[in-house]
Parts: sequence; C-alpha cells; structure tokens
Amino acid sequence: MTGQPVLTARDVSIEYQVEPPVKAVQEVSLTLHRGEILGLAGESGCGKTTLAYGLNRLLKAPALQTSGEIVFHDRGGADIDVVGLSGESLRRYRWDKVSMVFQGSMNSLNPVMSVRAQLDDVFRTHRPGMGRAERVRRSAELLGLVGVDPSRLTAFPHELSGGMRQRVMIAMALALDPQVMIMDEPTTALDVVVQRGIIREIMRLRERLGFAVIFITHDLPLLIEISDRIAVMLEGRIVELGDAERIYRRPEHDYTKRLLASFPSLRGDRGGFVRRREEQEGASA
Amino acid sequence: MTTREPVGEPGLEARRLVRDYRIRSGLRTSTLHAVADVSFTIRPGRTIALVGESGSGKSTVARILSRLETTTSGGVLLDGVAAPMRGAALERYRSRVQLVFQDPFASLNPFHTILHHIERPLRIHNPRMSASEVRSRAHELLERVQLTPSSRYADRRPHELSGGQRQRVAIARALAPGATYIVADEPVSMLDVSIRLGVLNLLAELQRSEGLGVLYITHDLATARHFSDEILVMYRGEIVERGDADTVILNPQHAYTRTLLDAAADPDRLGRLREEVRRSQ
Amino acid sequence: MADPRLPAPPAEPLPTSAVATERIARASRVRTLLPSMSGKLLTGLVIVGVIVLFGLVAPAFVQDPRDSGNPALLPPGPDHLLGTTKLGYDVFAQLAWGTQGSLFVGLVAGVVSLLLAVVFGVLAGYFGGVLDEILTLLTNIMLVIPGLPLVMVIAAYVQHTEGLGPLARSSFLVALVLGITGWAGSAVVLRATARSLRTRDYVAASRVAGERPLRIIFVEILPNLVPLLAAQLIFGVIFAVLGEAGLSYLGLGPTGSITLGTMLNDAQTGQAVGSGAWWWFVPPGAVIALLGAGLSLINFAIDEIVNPKLRLAPQAARRQRKARRAGRGIADDGAFA
Repeated sequence: MTGQPVLTARDVSIEYQVEPPVKAVQEVSLTLHRGEILGLAGESGCGKTTLAYGLNRLLKAPALQTSGEIVFHDRGGADIDVVGLSGESLRRYRWDKVSMVFQGSMNSLNPVMSVRAQLDDVFRTHRPGMGRAERVRRSAELLGLVGVDPSRLTAFPHELSGGMRQRVMIAMALALDPQVMIMDEPTTALDVVVQRGIIREIMRLRERLGFAVIFITHDLPLLIEISDRIAVMLEGRIVELGDAERIYRRPEHDYTKRLLASFPSLRGDRGGFVRRREEQEGASA
Repeated sequence: MTTREPVGEPGLEARRLVRDYRIRSGLRTSTLHAVADVSFTIRPGRTIALVGESGSGKSTVARILSRLETTTSGGVLLDGVAAPMRGAALERYRSRVQLVFQDPFASLNPFHTILHHIERPLRIHNPRMSASEVRSRAHELLERVQLTPSSRYADRRPHELSGGQRQRVAIARALAPGATYIVADEPVSMLDVSIRLGVLNLLAELQRSEGLGVLYITHDLATARHFSDEILVMYRGEIVERGDADTVILNPQHAYTRTLLDAAADPDRLGRLREEVRRSQ
Repeated sequence: MADPRLPAPPAEPLPTSAVATERIARASRVRTLLPSMSGKLLTGLVIVGVIVLFGLVAPAFVQDPRDSGNPALLPPGPDHLLGTTKLGYDVFAQLAWGTQGSLFVGLVAGVVSLLLAVVFGVLAGYFGGVLDEILTLLTNIMLVIPGLPLVMVIAAYVQHTEGLGPLARSSFLVALVLGITGWAGSAVVLRATARSLRTRDYVAASRVAGERPLRIIFVEILPNLVPLLAAQLIFGVIFAVLGEAGLSYLGLGPTGSITLGTMLNDAQTGQAVGSGAWWWFVPPGAVIALLGAGLSLINFAIDEIVNPKLRLAPQAARRQRKARRAGRGIADDGAFA
C-alpha cells in the first residue's frame, strides 16, 4: 500500500510577519507516501510545528506562507491544490482528508460537553446525511478503536485521565477516515508508560486503516523506533531526510549527529556522556 | 527521633519519609499518600537518581529535602542531625542543602538581574562579606558554571538568556551558599534536547570537583543510568526498586521498573514495535 | 561540552566591555520599567500632563481666587478669561487653584488607598492562613459597605470633631477619608495576584536561598506587580477626584480649600445653571472629565503592557492585511474559520 505519494510539498516557505520578519520555514520540500510514518525531528523553534500548520492550512496571522505549493493526491486519483483552497472546499479538506493531533489537544476538549456530544458534532458537521443511530454506533466504534471503553462515551473530559483524553482526540481525528494524520508532539505531555500505550495504538491503527502519519517530535530515539523515514529540521530547513535506520546508523549532517549524541543510550555504551569517577580517573591516569 | 543524635557519618538522610495530603471532595475526605515510607542516604561525592513518573511523589521528596514541605512522619537528617523547619538552624541547613528547580523559565525572577540571583544567597549566608567580595565571588560562580565571561551575563535579565544558560544560573545560585548537597528536580526536562547533556555534564563535573552529594530526580532512565551511582525507582509514593545504576537498568527486578524500561524509547529496538503490532493484528 | 547556544565571546578587551554592558544593562532596566509608547498612552500622558502642569504653575500667575472685588457673573472676556462668579471671584483663578486642590486630594487619597491595599492584599495573599482570613474579612466588610454613604458619614463626623481646628475642613482630611474608604477593591485584586505569585518557582527559590518573608514580598514579588500597582494607583486617583467632587457637591467637601468639587458646589448653590452662567460650572466639569479620561487612557495602556495580547492582536491583523495587499501571501484564506 505504500509507494504512491499522498501529500507533496514543494519549496514551501513560511514567514512570520513581525518586525523584523522571521523566516520560520524555508524552501521545504517533502513527499509523504501512502501509509508511511514520516518523522519530523527538531528542537523548539526549528519551524516543525509551523510547517505542520502550513500543510493543513492552519496558519494564523502573523504567519504567512510566502511561496511553494502543497498538493494532496486524493484516493480517487484527483490532485488537490491545497494552497488554493478556500471556504467550503478548505473545510472539506481539513479533518476529512488530513487531520491533526496537537500536544495540548487533550486540553482542547470542550469541558461542558460529553465525549459523545463532541464526537456527534463532528459527524453532524461533516457528514450531514448520517442518521442518529449511525452516529452513535460510529462514535462507540471509534472509542473502541483507540482503546477507550465505549461505555465512557457519556463521560465528560474532566472524568478522563490525560492519556484517555488524548486517545479521545485521536478518535476525533480518525472520525472521518482521513488519509493523512499530522501528529505534533501528541504524547509529549504524557507519562512515558501512557505515551507508549498511545504510540502502540497509533501504530496499530495505521496498520489497520492505512493512513499516513507525519509524526513531529524532538524525541529522536522514539522517531527512529517508529518511523519509516525521518526528516531532521534545523532553522526552518530540512537538513537531512532518509530512512530511519540510515539516519540512526549513518547520520550525515552534523546536526543530526549532535542530536543523536544528545540521547545517551539506555542499554548500550555511554556515548557523549561521561560521569563515573572511576572511569574519569581511569581516563586521566 | 526523640533523643538528639550525635553528629554521625556525613550524609543527607531521608528517614522513613511519609507525606499525606488530605483531599476534600464534597463532604468526603480521603487521604493521598504522596510519599509513603521513603528512606535513602546521599553521601558526599555520590549521586542517587530518583526515577518515576509524574505523580509518583518524587517532587514531593525534593520539596521535603529542601524544607519547602513538611512531613507527616519521618524526617530528614543532615550528618545525623535532624533538619529543622525554621530559624537560624534552618538557615544553616540551607547553606548546606540546595535545590535546583525543574523550570529555569519560572525559577528566576524576571525582574532581577542574573547577578542579583547569585549575590543574594552569598549575602544571606555570608553576612560579613564585603560588597566587592560578594560581587567577585558571584562572578567566579558564573564562570564556574561556564557562563564566561561572567561580565557578559551578570547584568542581564533572565529573559535575555536561553534555557540552558538560565539553568546554569540556577546551578550557580544553588552553589552560592556553599552547598554540599544538591537536589536537582528534573533539571533538564524543560530544556532543548541538544543542550541537556551539556547541563548534566556540568552538574557531573561540579559534583566531582566539589565532592557534592546529588539527588537527581528524573523520569529519563537513560540519563539516570549514566549520571548516577545508584537508582531508586519510585511508584505511587514508594520506592519499589533500588540498586546499582547499571544493575537496575540492565537487570530490573520489579515489574514496574520493567514497564518503565519497556516504555522508554530505544532506537536499538528499531522496527520491533512495528513487528509486534503486525503480529498482533 | 559547551552550550552550543552560548554566544561567542566579545572581541574587545574585557574591562571596557564590562563597563559598556553595565551601562546598557542599566538603560535596559529603566526601559523595562517604562511602558512602550502607544497612541493611547501618549494621549493620556499629554492630557494628564497639561492638567498637572496647569495645576502646578497657573496658581502663581492668577489673581486671588477669593477676591470678590470683581463685578459679579461676568461672562468670559479679556479681563476675566473665564468670567466671574456670583460673588465676583475670577473663574480662571478658581479653576487654577481648584485643579491643584483636586490633584492634591487625588494623589494623597490614591497613595493612602494603595498603601492600605498593599498591606491588606499582598500580606493576606502571601502569608495565607489565619492572617489571610482576618485581612480578607476586613476587606470584604469594606467592600460591601456602600462607599459614598460611608464617606459621607465619616466626613460629617470628622468635620464636627472638636479640636481638629482648621484641619477639620481641609482637603487633606477629605483625601484621608477617601483613601481609607477606597482601598478594598484594589486589595482584592492584589491578593489574588499575590496568591498566584506566591506559588511561583522563583519565590520558592528565594525561600530555599534563605530570604526572609518580608524581603521576598518587597524585593521579589512587589517589583513584578509594578504595572498592576500603577494601574491601581491611577484607579485610586480617579476614584478620589470624582469622590471629592461628589462630596463637595453635597456640601461635605473641604470648604477650607478650593477644589474642582467645591467650585461645582458653589455653582450649584449660586444657581449657575438657572442663571445661564455656563462659564461657572462647565470649566471645572470639563477638567474633571478630561482628567478622568486621561488617567483611564494611561490605565488602558498599562493593561496592554501587562497583557501583550491586547496590543499584539490588532498589530498582527494589520500586518497580515498589509502583506496580503502587497500580494506576498499565496494562501488567501489561511486563518482558522
């Protein structure tokens, strides 16, 4: 199922129109293939989130896409010029074709609406033809998909843990069967064990539903573990792009090497990190 | 601990720490055992890592050791003497035990200069020191945490510095009173990944050169392993596993430690997660 | 391993650069305290500045405001710029002295209420516990007692207290009364802010460093409250100027001195409206209105500094429009609908 491109970005530049203007993304070209996980690695301020917003046309003033084209290759074979979308067609593109999960998503659930009402809302807005019973059935099915007991449909956000809320957000992002999911640090605010569970869930769903993922994080070891390909971003540019394994075993760019060296190995040698007194003394002796 | 103990072996000891919080919801009150019977001793020149997830009670331990929080029972002993909660004795305790906060963006006062942050603890704990001596000591401390030349940073304000630089200031502030024990509460988790090791290496280097005792609180097992001599794994207020750093990581005994290790990203397991997922479908 | 973000060391020799950085740092310290100039702030400062200057300087150049030798109820003219009152007082002279008197009342009352608000609000918020309970109780009592009647009662009471002599009907006493009754609202605001600041890491860090509580309040917390304190002071001044005008209008003002309020009171008792002598009551009314507007503008400007979103949102929108007009953006409907 992999192979054909689903989203192509060419020479995308995004600028923040402040004094002086900040070039957040500079001439970035990317091709996302059907069903693949593309990791986007970089540190804060490298432009990775801005790029993700740009791909989904979510840029808000003062951010402005100043050049480049973004093309979405639909399942049916039609190409959609994302930059030219507006109004109704833009609304249909977002969420329907490309959906997004943010780091703080779990806090963007409406606190006074039940989970079911919020899922229901998505269907009523985007699938007006869907009957009431069908909507309820689909909502329950979605919760089951992301590993939340469907009996929690009637729960309000504050009755759910952070991890569960993030799962609900993923369910909402999945609701319209998108072909691409953009995940911007979807698990960073969560504890490692919960984080692992959610990552596993995303991988499982991808195997099953076949959507492509752009996974954005600063956690390079995690990306290496889960991605097919990885793009490393620095100061608005993609400085290295390649297979996850190649990036891990034979990084080419200095920044990639430095980023890799920033994570001491859990089970292996010490890498760039020296502490032990004995070793230190041994080394100096 | 009713009898006053003699000055014992040097060390910062947490003895059977218990901290309960009362939670009121409506008419019912329940008790949350944030810290339940935690004991360990930090020796000079040694680093202990306290590993756990958020809510495990590890930050409460840090606040108890730095006397920001009282205990429900149990206590803290410095060189065998019970640590006080107030008065001149507390001041003496603080000159020996200092805390480095997690978030360098919040732990420095935005209104004051970097120099102020270093000079204040110097003044408080050395009331006889002359103003010029305080100043030169402060500059020395900035140089020690590799903020060189110190004159470049002394008169700046926190917002003009990067996260890594701010955390270096926080470390210098902790050293200023002449502390011999440093409690570092997730000192690098708020920093960008590429500068984390720099800050940790600085802490390690200071620890060696000054013979500091360090409690390194973290959720990151990899740095815990390489940065410390001993690892304590904390889960729901209790220490579920403790031991030599390499042993705990490479040969974990407790189920929770294994869960934690399993959840940590490990690029060496490249592709294994996908295999697992495929097989289970 | 060096911090990769560390800027390169300066090229020039150390001593000079140290002096230079110190100078720059001092300048930047002053700058961080000063609000950045905006249209609102500038307008407010000009209005308030002109009125303050008028109140300070003009009394030295005008005739005796209590000189009843002039003809009564003259309309504005070359001899008397703003005409005269029923008793023959020169309105312009009265206005000069009245502005000074009102500003004095406003400033004294504003400072007194700010000090009380700091004591009640910040101490309660920082220390919490029993002290908080007591101070908050007092604040709440002050808050629920209707303001003007209380001021009237206190003002009437002190003015009839024996032994105060000329002080009894001075503007200073009125200012004190207004200050003592006007702090509760500010105290609530300050308490809430102090409570949230108390839990900040940098306050905890000061405690760990060994700082004493009062020093933490005055050196670590209060400086961060400066914009808020300034806003509260301005609010207090507005409240006092208007309060004084109200009191005087009701005849409870400082009859011993001239303020904008006593002018209005004189105009009212002298039936200025009925006799069409607009020059008698319009100028003091206009100065009060302008002063209130000017101070409010400054207050809005401070709000924008405390909360940069208020300031940045319209700017960002303007830039976006400009960029779109210049044809630089290629996605024409980027904002989230």
